[in-house]
Formats: sequence, structure tokens, C-alpha cells
Amino acid sequence: MTDQFEPVIVGFLCNWCSYRAADLAGTARIKYAPNLRPIRVMCSGRVDPQFVLTALLNGADGVLIAGCHPGECHYVNGNIKTLRRFLLLKKTLKQWGIEDERVQLLWASASEGIFLAERVNKMTEELRALGPLRWHEKVLGMNGAELVTVKEA
Amino acid sequence: MNDTKSPPEIEEKVGVYVCHCGTNISKVVDVEDVAKWAESNPHVAVSRDYKFMCSSLGQELIEQDIKEKGLTKIVVASCSPHMHEGTFRAATEKGGLNPFMFEMANIREHDSWTTDDREAATQKAKALINGSIERVIHHQPLEQIPVSINPSTLIVGAGIAGITAALELANGGNHVYLVEKQPSIGGHMAQLDKTFPTLDCSACILTPKMVDVSQHPNITLLTWSEVEKMDGYMGNFQVTVRKKARYVVEDTCTGCGICIEKCPFKVIDTEFEVGMGERKVIYRPFPQAVPKYPVIDAANCVYFLKGKCKACQKFCPTEPNSIDFEQQDEILKLEVGNIILATGYQLFDVKRIPQYGYGKLENVFTSLEFERMVNAAGPTEGKILLRDKESEPESVLIVHCVGSRDENYHKYCSKVCCMYSLKFGHLVHERIPDATVYNCYIDMRTPGKGYEEFYDRLLQEGTNFIRGKVAEITDSPRTPEEEGKLIVQVEDTLIGRQRRIPVDMVILSPAIEAQPDSKEVSQLFKMGCDFEGFFIERHPKLDPVATMTEGVFIAGACQGPKDIPDTVAQGAAAASRVASLISRGTVMMEPVRASIDTENCSGCRICNNLCPYNAIEFVEEEGYSQVITALCQGCGTCVAACPSGVITGAHFTNEQLFSQIEGLLWDVQELEPVPAGKEE
Repeated sequence: MTDQFEPVIVGFLCNWCSYRAADLAGTARIKYAPNLRPIRVMCSGRVDPQFVLTALLNGADGVLIAGCHPGECHYVNGNIKTLRRFLLLKKTLKQWGIEDERVQLLWASASEGIFLAERVNKMTEELRALGPLRWHEKVLGMNGAELVTVKEA
Repeated sequence: MNDTKSPPEIEEKVGVYVCHCGTNISKVVDVEDVAKWAESNPHVAVSRDYKFMCSSLGQELIEQDIKEKGLTKIVVASCSPHMHEGTFRAATEKGGLNPFMFEMANIREHDSWTTDDREAATQKAKALINGSIERVIHHQPLEQIPVSINPSTLIVGAGIAGITAALELANGGNHVYLVEKQPSIGGHMAQLDKTFPTLDCSACILTPKMVDVSQHPNITLLTWSEVEKMDGYMGNFQVTVRKKARYVVEDTCTGCGICIEKCPFKVIDTEFEVGMGERKVIYRPFPQAVPKYPVIDAANCVYFLKGKCKACQKFCPTEPNSIDFEQQDEILKLEVGNIILATGYQLFDVKRIPQYGYGKLENVFTSLEFERMVNAAGPTEGKILLRDKESEPESVLIVHCVGSRDENYHKYCSKVCCMYSLKFGHLVHERIPDATVYNCYIDMRTPGKGYEEFYDRLLQEGTNFIRGKVAEITDSPRTPEEEGKLIVQVEDTLIGRQRRIPVDMVILSPAIEAQPDSKEVSQLFKMGCDFEGFFIERHPKLDPVATMTEGVFIAGACQGPKDIPDTVAQGAAAASRVASLISRGTVMMEPVRASIDTENCSGCRICNNLCPYNAIEFVEEEGYSQVITALCQGCGTCVAACPSGVITGAHFTNEQLFSQIEGLLWDVQELEPVPAGKEE
């Protein structure tokens, strides 16, 4: 690998559409940035904003929430609730100086493997350009504090 | 951070199994390294890599380790849980643990197949596995929920797919509600003349089946009806069906047809005869229609428009009279255990390709128009005639792939057009022996039993095959022999030359498209359709008739373009899937359900209105909300919303997910910062 900064993105993928889109991207051997680390949830509506904050607090440089397209939610309208929470969360994040690109929401149906892969690539590029999040410094204001980053021994 | 948490009550012993999947995973992910690394996690007692974890030997490995090493939790890092979660849960159970003491890390679809970067893929695999280890520690034993299966089945769409499925199920002794939105069953197949490649008459093979449906004691036939609502879940669906007013009383009507004969008004039949013929205002789509009762087309009926006429009523010979102008739509509530969708297809609107001139050039026909024309029961009684309904064409050109295999319209191949275009060629040769026939194709696609042989036959019959996509069809001549003809401009790619072919008749073979309302239908039945509108099967190869919604199956062209043999096979396959569920009687459902710690519930009722299934009720006297487990589908949106954090989503608890997030980020976590000067 080069010295290029590689962001870590935590993905919350819904079981019915976007997780399957990611499965399809794999099955179709679509190559995309290995920076996404997916977590399966039954519905994007299960994504508690605290999940996003926990991911960012624990070293993720970005979070991607993916659900079914509006109107196609397996649970009728869980994705609409996701959207509402997402918009509120973004407002809070903005006040902390966290860039828009770091937390993204997208709709991907089970057939949209290519689309999901493209969006992961795009987000990875955007986060590479932004650099590491450094939550403790940025949000907790621990400037000058000594940060110990755990890396693989 | 994990070490600051209190350790779980019993010492967890996790077994980690990293699958090579042949070389599918191991060629990108360093599986040996990953397995070795996993051992360093304090919770992990056993960590192995193995060629094929899903093989019986791989599964036995898990069982053996549980028994011999006293494992309490299992993590398998292999493919998608949609592929093998069931397999490994079963192995976990066989080893003596609750099946939910298992978690899967998807390092194939989500990792090894998506990158060539070995270092990054290995790192990602470690992260995914670590997330799973940290999650599985918090897994709780769960019991699957038994659901009894109502033995009645709803089949939507009564074309050949729905008819086949209905007869299969009904013959096995199961009750079927067969719902069709048209006045008669039969679907597109009833409109066809001959069927390729055997050329047997479509009606001759279809109508006996239609009659079987109408007479079958186990089939409740609901034509001129549409499904409006579906509630419930596999085994126990509640379906609302609107039975539209026919204005004919089915109980007394004998189907004698006198009313049709006496009706003084005719309209163009745009449905069954695709505009090629006329029908009365009270009508039966075609003579062999099932059921035999006619229907009044209220939009065109003079009585409904002007309040006069009633000829049908006057001449109706039954006692009491079978014509009822006051009839209202009926709303039926059905209880069924399974649903099969066989809603079929529509044809691409060829007017969307204006350069082919349909609608402006009168002798450009669609395939379905030609199909009606060659049908002995059709508007020309089987004669191939130009639009003037008098002259026979001396030359006919058939255009393949109209809207199919076209970037601008549909990328996919519609699968049946090559074969029926060949069939049209044969029918022209048969009925007008001197006529010249051209087939303009992009590629000739004839996979199927006896299909290639049929193509050979057409080559011998003297059809001219031109490999090229038709650019334009005009009626402006450049030479005297083009006078009065349709001129087809096409590049013959085999000789590398542009050609202008003057012909009398052009037949367009349009793409097969999803039904225009397929998206709404897929939402109604809570399953998915793709961008083209075709319903999505559970697995494209191994589960082609099931959908993502348990208890809802699909058959026929609503899943994708298909010929009759494939459609019939799918209809029967869907029926057999349903029959196996019925004979099993009960099935086990995922216990992924929400529950509320009522003791700590503040009674704020935020969750009450969030639930899309109204599965949360507020108990007024106690001041708390509770989940009605039978209605809960387990989406977890209430769990995410509860401000007191007292709703638990089984198998997706906060504890499990927070641990997974932290575990996933093991290599990038920042430790609590130590303010300067405070170091020890």
C-alpha cells in the first residue's frame, strides 16, 4: 500500500435491500474500495443515531447507512424513519464540525450492486480527501492531549 | 474498552472457523493468518481455517469442537448469511448449543470477491470477524416461533402460470382462490394462435385447462377482481379482494349469450383483439371464456351513459333476470396461508420507437396483432391481410428486438421473440406460399428443446434472414419498385452493406415488459421488483420461485421474460413449494421480535405510532406499552426510537450491536486520551 490515507467506513446495511446489494456486488465480482465494514441490521430503521456516534467515537472516519428505496421498505416505511433521524443527526454533527461527507445515507435495492459499489468508492474518495476524523480532538476538544492509537501489533 | 466492561457471567468460549471456500476466499484473504490472529482474542478458545466449512466435514468440525472443547459460541467467517446461516445454525444446534449462539462474518461477498488487495482484504476480514466475535458473546438463546399454515392459497393472475399452479394445488386436495383482473382467465396464451416449436394450437391445449379450473371443486374463481390489500405473514395472510361489478348475476346467468347478441352497440376491442376487432358492450372476451358469464362495459354502455336501452335485460331469458344494473363492487376478505403471484407481462409500446412508423404507417403491425390475425377465431378468421382487410401481402418483414437488447429501452433479451418471429415466418409461408418473408434479427437465439431445429426448418422453407438492426421504416420511395411499399432500411452486417427492402407488411416483435403496475403490486405484497419491474426471486438459481417475503411466491413472466414451457414449469414449481408448506402444517419463524421491559417503560408512547404493523399497544391502566408478538415483524425501528432504551430487539440488541461496532473497529480505536501531565 502507498502512504495514502485509507479511511475506515462503518456501513449499516438493511437485511432486505442494501445488504443484498452488497452481496450482489460480491457475487458479480464488482471491485470496489475495501474500506467499508458492513454491519447487518434488519431495517435501516433499526439504526439508532447512537450507533453512528459510537462508530465515529471508536475510530471510524465515516458511516454509511443504506436502506431500501422509499416506498420499497420491507417494513413498509422504516426507511422514512431512518431519513428523519438522519436529517436530525446531521444537524447535530454539523454543530460539532463534522463534515457532511462523513455520514451518508443512500437507498440501494437488492439489484443495485453496482450502484452501491460506486457509492462506496465515491465516499472513500471523499473521505480520503478529508483525512482522518480525529473525534477526540475535534469533538471532545482534547487538543494537545496524547492520543494513543491502537494498531495491529 | 472491552476490558473495562464486567466480564460476561459465564466464561465464554468462542470457536472461530475461517473458510477458504476453495480458493474463493483464500486467494485474496490470508485465511491462515486470520485464523491464527483470532486466537489472540481472549474469548476465543478454538480458531481454525478449513477448505469448505459448509461441507459435512466442516460442519462436523463445529459439532466436535462444541462437544470436546466446551465451546459456548460459534463464529463462521465464510459467505453471506443469506447463503449458509441456516447451515451453520443447524450445525451449532447439532453440537448441543442453541442455534442462535452463532454469528456469521461475511468475508466472501463483502470482502474477497470485491477486491484484489490482499493486505486490505485480510485486514477487513479480521475486522469483520472481530465484530462477530464481540457480538456473539452477547447472543442469547432464542426459540423459533411455530406458525401454523392455513391450507388455502391465493393465486393472483390466471394466465397459464396461475392456472397451472391452481390446478396442481387443487388436484392435491388444497383450496385455491384464483384471482384474475380480466373478465376471463387464460391470459396472453388465450390470444395466441400456434405455439412454437410444435405448432400446436394454443386454444386447443389451454381451454381444457381453463374448463378444469372452472369445474374444480377446490378452486374458487374470482375473475374481474383485484387484490387491494394484504396483511399478516406466512401461514396467515388476510387479503382483501375487490370483485368488480359485472352487472350480471353469476348465480342465475346460464351463459347463453343472448344478451350479447341483442346488444345494439359495438366498440373496438382494445384488450383481447388488441384493436383488430370489435366487441359488444356486454361481452365475453372470447367464445371459450371462463367463466362463461358476460360483463357490461359500463364506460361504453348506453344505459349507464344515457339511462336508456336495457336491451340485454329485456332479452335475458333467465328467471329471475340475470342483468342487474344496480350491482355494486363486492369486497371480499380472504384468509390464506400462501400467495402465488403470476401476474404476467405486457408488451413494449412500439410507438416509443417512432422511426418504425407504427400508428402512422398502416401496414406496420405488432406481433400480438398478427397473432390475432392468424388465429382462426380472430378478426380476419385466420387470413393474413393488410390493414384494408382485403389484400394479401406479397412480402412480409419481421423485425426482431423492438425495444429489447436496446440501450435506449430495455437492455435485456425478451427471450421468446426470435422463436415467435420464426413461427410467424412459417405461418406466412404456410398461408401465402408465394410470399417473400424476411426476418431482421440481431442474433438468432433459439435455445430450447426443438427450437434450433425449428430455425433450421425456416431456413429450408426459404425465409430470408438478414442480420442487422432495422434503422427505419418509411413509405417514401426512391425507386419505382419502392412505390406503394413500406421500405425497411437495415444494415446487413453479414455482407456489410446498407439495404432498402420494399415490403407490403412489417411485423414488429416488441419486448416483453413488466406489468405497468408491478411496482405497486410488489409493494402490496411486500416483496421486491427490479428496475425493470420484474419481481425478484429469492435466489436467481437455487430459489427461482420464492421471494424475500416468506409465503409469497412468483411464477411466470412477472419474474422475467419466459416462454410457455418455462412459465408452466414455474407455475408447477410454485405450487409444489406451497404444497410442501401446507403438508408440513407448521413452520418455524425467526424469533427476531421486539419486547418491552414494561417495568421500566415510561409510557411516553413514542413507539406506538412508529410501528408499521400496529404491533405496539398502550395499556392505559398500567401506563406502559407492550408488543403484540404475533404482529411484530422485527424491524427494530421502535428499538432505535425508545428514549428510555427499554425495548429490546431480539438478536439485534443494543448490546450486541454496540459490541459489534466496537469490535469491527479494533484496529483503529483511539484509547481514552490522557491529558498532558497526568501520565503516571
